Amino acid sequence: MKQDISEDTGSTAGSRRSDVVLPSLGFLGTLRWAWTQLTSMRTALFLLLFLAVAAVPGSLFPQRPANPAVVTQYIQNNPDTGPVLDWFQLFDVYSSVWFSAIYLLLFISLIGCVVPRARAHFRAVRSTPPRTPRRLSRLPVYGTLEVPAHRVRAAGLTPSSAAEEAAALLKKRGYRVDVRDAGTDRPSVGAERGLAKEFGNLVFHTSLIGVLVSVAVGGLFGYNGQKVIVEGDSFVNTLIGYDSFNPGSNFSDDRLDPFSIRLDSFDVRFDREQTSHYGQPLDFTANITTQEGPGADEEPQVLKVNAPVTIGGTNVYLVGNGYAPVVTVRDGEGNIASEGPVVSVPSDGLYTSLIVIKAPDAKPDQLGFVGFFLPTAFVDEEGVSFSRDPDPFNPQLNLNSYYGDLGLDDGTPENVYVLDTENLTELNSRTNDDGGIVLGVGQTYDLPEGKGSVTFDGLKRYVALDIHHDPGEVGALVFSTLALVGLTASLFIGRRRLWVRTGEHPDGRIMLEYGLLARGEDHRLPAEGTAVEKLLADRWLAPEGAAEEDTLQEAGTSAAGTGNSHHTTKDN
Amino acid sequence: MPQPVNAELGQISELLMLLASIAYVVALIFFVLDLVRSSTTIGTIESRLASQQGAPERALAGVGARGGAVAAGSTPPARATADDSMDYGAGPRRGTARIAVSLTILAAVIHGAAVVSRGVAANRVPWGNMYEFCTTGAFLVAAIFLITLTRKDLRFVGSFVVGLVVIMLCAATVGFPTPVARLIPALQSYWLIVHVSIAVASSALFTITFAMSVLQLLQTSREAKLLAGKVDTAKFLRLVPSALSLENLSYRLNAIAFVGWTFTLMAGAIWAEQAWGRYWGWDTKEVWTFVIWTVYAGYLHARATRGWTGTRAAWLSIVGYLCIVFNFTIVNIYFSGLHSYSGV
Ligand code: HEM
Repeated sequence: MKQDISEDTGSTAGSRRSDVVLPSLGFLGTLRWAWTQLTSMRTALFLLLFLAVAAVPGSLFPQRPANPAVVTQYIQNNPDTGPVLDWFQLFDVYSSVWFSAIYLLLFISLIGCVVPRARAHFRAVRSTPPRTPRRLSRLPVYGTLEVPAHRVRAAGLTPSSAAEEAAALLKKRGYRVDVRDAGTDRPSVGAERGLAKEFGNLVFHTSLIGVLVSVAVGGLFGYNGQKVIVEGDSFVNTLIGYDSFNPGSNFSDDRLDPFSIRLDSFDVRFDREQTSHYGQPLDFTANITTQEGPGADEEPQVLKVNAPVTIGGTNVYLVGNGYAPVVTVRDGEGNIASEGPVVSVPSDGLYTSLIVIKAPDAKPDQLGFVGFFLPTAFVDEEGVSFSRDPDPFNPQLNLNSYYGDLGLDDGTPENVYVLDTENLTELNSRTNDDGGIVLGVGQTYDLPEGKGSVTFDGLKRYVALDIHHDPGEVGALVFSTLALVGLTASLFIGRRRLWVRTGEHPDGRIMLEYGLLARGEDHRLPAEGTAVEKLLADRWLAPEGAAEEDTLQEAGTSAAGTGNSHHTTKDN
Repeated sequence: MPQPVNAELGQISELLMLLASIAYVVALIFFVLDLVRSSTTIGTIESRLASQQGAPERALAGVGARGGAVAAGSTPPARATADDSMDYGAGPRRGTARIAVSLTILAAVIHGAAVVSRGVAANRVPWGNMYEFCTTGAFLVAAIFLITLTRKDLRFVGSFVVGLVVIMLCAATVGFPTPVARLIPALQSYWLIVHVSIAVASSALFTITFAMSVLQLLQTSREAKLLAGKVDTAKFLRLVPSALSLENLSYRLNAIAFVGWTFTLMAGAIWAEQAWGRYWGWDTKEVWTFVIWTVYAGYLHARATRGWTGTRAAWLSIVGYLCIVFNFTIVNIYFSGLHSYSGV
């Protein structure tokens, strides 16, 4: 523990001390006790498992950040449980008090864990390999090697020079080495390798903090917004340009780069070959023209799913598309009350789309329409229209119409995709005498009671864009990559200590014994032992021809076969 | 621009898949037979040894001793029991097991051909919907198992692993049959290749460690029973190495799989950034990937925490795998989210 807190796995300072420490410590003592508890391995383990469990409800209940409308709906549908769940923040799991508490504690624990380990590791890197244990034979991998007397004489070997040579060999193999007791009759080498394991572990844990900080930076200073653009229209990156906008907590609008985007055309391809997947989308391509700012050069670009366009530090993503029928509404006085493409919302893969048209400027009464847009309209036996294909082979509008007060003038935020018909009077509907409105391209329908008319002029497509700016993104990528590298080093590098001790027999043989010890899991330790033995044996025991016979005689104690070495591995 | 698909080759692929399933089932039968037969053989050898030495307890005690560390140099008491090093050569020849392995190889070859022809038919990597995740995943499970077999004698998990492969293939063909098709735009990204292949490979590894962790728990309780001098009720476990060696090997595999899963998570985040504009948004699939990652991180911590190695770590490994299965089945099918391309 003096050298390295994670000395033996599983007994961090915390768990060991907590066994002895009893209450009545006073305030500071209690604080210290709590700190050691918090930074113990067991606490980290529990916090990790808590975090896993705490993340689950977020996948079971709708979440506000992703789907605010669904949450509102859920609470309405479950008036009893909804508010209770809401009180427990189950619709905001990942920003909830309890979820935050768990991960903050985990990261505090992490810092409390990493800092002392980093210090210990720093010391370990600078210190010499640990002292040689008295009995190497107790180590999990142990072996001996004898250099026969005649070879000792021939090479002029002494225990000390043998130790020096072994150290040099080990150094070549990547060990840090230290020769001690040179000149005595039992000199030894202490060697260590794989400090990168602990370093990797520290890099990994530290990088996790980096990832968290990057995420926080993105949440503070980033923003994202949504915008629907119909073919031919443009968008300028200002707050009022967005359909919806989610600023980070420290956002200010001078962070919006003044770029603009125009949608020139939008191409869609559907699968036409396969019966099983007929009509499945194959390709969406938006041809756009961007401008970095007013007066900057226009740049034509291609925007696709999975291939965002970057303008300055802001990314633009293609997240949706649909049809925008061009509709003209005339009022009872014959004036144009509304005109232009109306965005419809696809409700299935065949682009059966919901459409709402509002004409608040119509006089004497405001007009509203609700219905479907069908790209390829067909009528089934029961007289219900439906779409058979996502491409516009037979585009058709099916509408109900209303007149009255659309309720747009009282200043409450309106949803353009919903028509509140409560205060309206129905004009056309499939269920009343006038029937629903059915329009093909180029057709006009005159509303009953002389209320006006509606014309289906043509068809355009639109794209739904997500526009994001996240200044923490690069940091998150860098730190998570570092974490991955650190993790790999930590898991797959073996950290080993190795000692070689030499000595001379009265009969002139030189004995070498070596032992290896792994820090943490290391199934390759025995293999390393074998390799090191081979390294040493190659140095002094390489076959040299005839003189071998009496050598074998002399080295009577050693096992036959490999000659003069013996090697054991303990299973543990 | 995506190329047209080859429906005919797709049908051939489905036929090959069926053939492979049949071969796996036969292999499974042989693996089970091997377990049954080998444990009887071992039983006979043991009782013969016992009568020769006149000390019936010895054989039993020997088996029990495997629970603890086998001291250096000590010879295994009954050589017929599985060797803790999981190297080949210990124990009697297991002809049935050899047949089982050969059949598995045959099945895997056909299976590989089926997966490849599926990819060729669709003109892309064969992991674009549930059917393909399952079939390619099952192939990786079998392949990884066979590769491990060349280095370690893991035939004792054969019936579990091949059983799981059969289940995965059944799930694919019965649960999520999907004819070959091109990819929808959301999946047209090279991140599909990177992200999903590593995810499937890691899951395949987790599948094998799951089987080993289950065996480890069974073996632990058997070892405790034997030490207490009770009757051995799960004789087939004689073919299985000690709980400790199982734990160590599954730790090694889990470590590799965990790195893979970490990469999966990161690649998924990068892809999400490209596709949806944010690298992390707690989408249901992301939540579960995170949960799985955290559970296995917990597992790795447990292995370094006193009192949490052994049985508890094995349970964490099992829970982690159950989360993977949950993520793959329930989440893909019943939970709505951005990742709704399961093709079902
Ligand atoms: C965000 C939370 C954490 C995560 C995701 C995490 C993850 C991991 C992972 C995956 C490993 C295995 C890889 C390796 O050996 O390097 C590991 C190891 C380790 N972690 Fe953490 N960790 C977290 C927090 C902590 C905390 C709070 C502590 C201190 C109490 C800690 C101490 C350790 C230690 C000592 C090891 C090495 C274990 C060994 O020797 O095998 N970790 N961690």
